[in-house]
Amino acid sequence: MNSGIFKYIGSWLILVLLQVLLLNHIQISGYVNPYLYILFILTLPFNTPNYLLLLLGFLLGLNIDIFTNTLGMHAAATTFVAFIRPSVINLISSRDVLELNQLPRISELGFSWFFRYSLIMVLSHHLFLFYIEVFTFSGFFHTLLRSLLSSALTIVLILVSQYMTAKQN
Amino acid sequence: MRGLLRFLARNYFILLFLLFEAISIGLLVNYNNFQRVKFFNSSNSLIASVYKSFNAVSSFFHLQQSNADLAQENARLRTMLEQYRQSTVAVDSTAIVAELTASDSVDLRYEFIPAKVINNSFVRQYNYITLSKGSDDGVKVDMGIIGPGGVVGIITSVSRHYATGPTILNKRWKVSAKIQNSNYFGSLAWDGQDPHYARLNEIPFHVQMAVGDTIVTSGFSDVFPEGVPIGTIETFDHASGRNFFAIKVKLLTNFANLSFVEIVKNNHLEELEQLQELNTDE
Repeated sequence: MNSGIFKYIGSWLILVLLQVLLLNHIQISGYVNPYLYILFILTLPFNTPNYLLLLLGFLLGLNIDIFTNTLGMHAAATTFVAFIRPSVINLISSRDVLELNQLPRISELGFSWFFRYSLIMVLSHHLFLFYIEVFTFSGFFHTLLRSLLSSALTIVLILVSQYMTAKQN
Repeated sequence: MRGLLRFLARNYFILLFLLFEAISIGLLVNYNNFQRVKFFNSSNSLIASVYKSFNAVSSFFHLQQSNADLAQENARLRTMLEQYRQSTVAVDSTAIVAELTASDSVDLRYEFIPAKVINNSFVRQYNYITLSKGSDDGVKVDMGIIGPGGVVGIITSVSRHYATGPTILNKRWKVSAKIQNSNYFGSLAWDGQDPHYARLNEIPFHVQMAVGDTIVTSGFSDVFPEGVPIGTIETFDHASGRNFFAIKVKLLTNFANLSFVEIVKNNHLEELEQLQELNTDE
């Protein structure tokens, strides 16, 4: 259990640094900015208590916000995905899936399940984030396009990172 | 009472969620008051030192481009210097040169502090820049930032060794600008769309202009000297039902590749503020 906690602290640090130092500087024609750091919330164990889920989501977002001078913006979006996570998991999985497995990982639940899971979570996060960033519905489709393209890139990065870490274990 | 507790226990997940969201939105909305949250931004020395150590590596990849930019700026300044020198020779060289070199008569209105860019964003709606100079180097809040291409941004938070603030690519910041040829001034703001273009507003219809005209700072804001370049006119549009031109300005600063900047220090600022305070008192 202890080593598990250290593993999550490590993945927190790696994801936050990767996000603020590298991914935030990716720009493809002003549209695409992947937010891989939410992988942390995606891969928490199934039995994580709900209050911890929300707290971790909020703190993770706040951590990103401090680096990017956008206090409250990422925190709002990550709290939101932490909130919908239990319902999303219930929605897409049958009962025995949850009983047999402990970690929402591609190596345990297969590509199809994990793809649906990350699709819903990433889309919710990015739509929430991009609309709260512009704080207006004017230029609705411009923002929509930005969030959809960024979501696509984030999902690709999440899937790649899943296969990369699966090999090591 | 027990009913209330039971209600709280049963719905704690939703209530906790709403609490965190309320805190987040509260922080987001209040963030306009830059100074109040001084600690929680990238001039905080811990956060800035993370950026700085990463920048020590990544800046190597930009060295060639930075050198080219600096050489170009150097050449531009040298040309200007030569022009000044020639014009003073034509008038009466000795008197002017003597006046310029007499130390007590030199009253520099603006001084420049060189600084290294350690973090800079341009893909978001509210973009900020972090610099490796702070209050120990004489940097203060409300000083302007100028890069090789012209205006970059303004400083809003300072720690001992670092400073941070919004760039032109930040929808919360506007800069007073004018068309160089006609001296008509307006306010230049970014619309959050393309990091290469900004908009110049409040220029009335009778002003003559052409595509390619240079937009420079007006010098009204005490932050920048007059005539610092900002961009060139890309298109201008006489839209019906509007009182002003819609002018699209191509920015001269390439925010994707910004390594060294200068911080503008206005030596007359205190005097100006004291004077302007007299006006508000009456």
